[in-house]
Amino acid sequence: MPMTKDEVFAKVKEVLTTALAVDDDEVTPEARLSEDLGAESIDYLDITFQLEKAFGIKIPKGELIPENLFTNPEFVQNGKMTPAGLAELKSKMSFADLSKFEADPDINKFRDIFTVDTLVAYVMTKVNA
Amino acid sequence: MRWIWIDKFEKFEVNVAAVALKNVSLAEDHLHDHFPGFPVMPASLMIEGMAQTSGILVGAAREFKEKVILAKIGKASFVRLVRPGEQLVYAAKIVNVTEQGAAIEGTITVRTMVAGQRVELPVGQIDMMFSHIDNNMAGTKFPEFNFVFNSQFMDLFETYRRELNIELPA
Repeated sequence: MPMTKDEVFAKVKEVLTTALAVDDDEVTPEARLSEDLGAESIDYLDITFQLEKAFGIKIPKGELIPENLFTNPEFVQNGKMTPAGLAELKSKMSFADLSKFEADPDINKFRDIFTVDTLVAYVMTKVNA
Repeated sequence: MRWIWIDKFEKFEVNVAAVALKNVSLAEDHLHDHFPGFPVMPASLMIEGMAQTSGILVGAAREFKEKVILAKIGKASFVRLVRPGEQLVYAAKIVNVTEQGAAIEGTITVRTMVAGQRVELPVGQIDMMFSHIDNNMAGTKFPEFNFVFNSQFMDLFETYRRELNIELPA
């Protein structure tokens, strides 16, 4: 069922304030789930479950958070993602804005890709499919 | 002491819900300190009772093959004090179970006597999440054997498996 970006953002905000126990005004589009909102790995699972429920969508494993990127030596070298890795990442996360990560593909900064905006962009592809 | 905070399963529907009972007894040492002259079941141990009920329910959904670890308490609210002689009822409902973990909604009530009548009253609500740690915690290696579902829990489960006709998923 088609939704506007604002409608999706409003619902994503609700999910995040519940799952992460943060205030409404902390959930800005650029807020990073881990760095800014304190999300830990179990929270990502909680958020996935709650997004599925809130939007009536199914989020298969690996679709929102890509897997098997870091264990492949073609994709990661010296703690940085290689051009091959970035290409693979881009194809798996075509909905996301990866410009910041591409500028500095330090794998320790991988989590920063997951901002509120990234979630909104992902949900938009699912509800407006 | 044995760290088992539920006494019996009253209901067990694999992949759906479970109900476990716990009798609150003055034979429990900590009650004499919590509090002196006014024993009250600690909320933390009610959370543990709910976690044990839910953890076994979540474990059964995947044939106890996963190491099910309590990972998050989303909400825990209590509205009533529970005293020795009363019986706690932990009702756990599966919201979601996947390869990575599970979400549970829990309701706690107490069976007690009020003005000579047997009643069951609300005590609290707990939402919790479990992680299947072998499938997460990228890179961390855990011991092969399942240290979560040890013999104490499995014996308890086995006792009620026969009584309640619990069948694990094939």
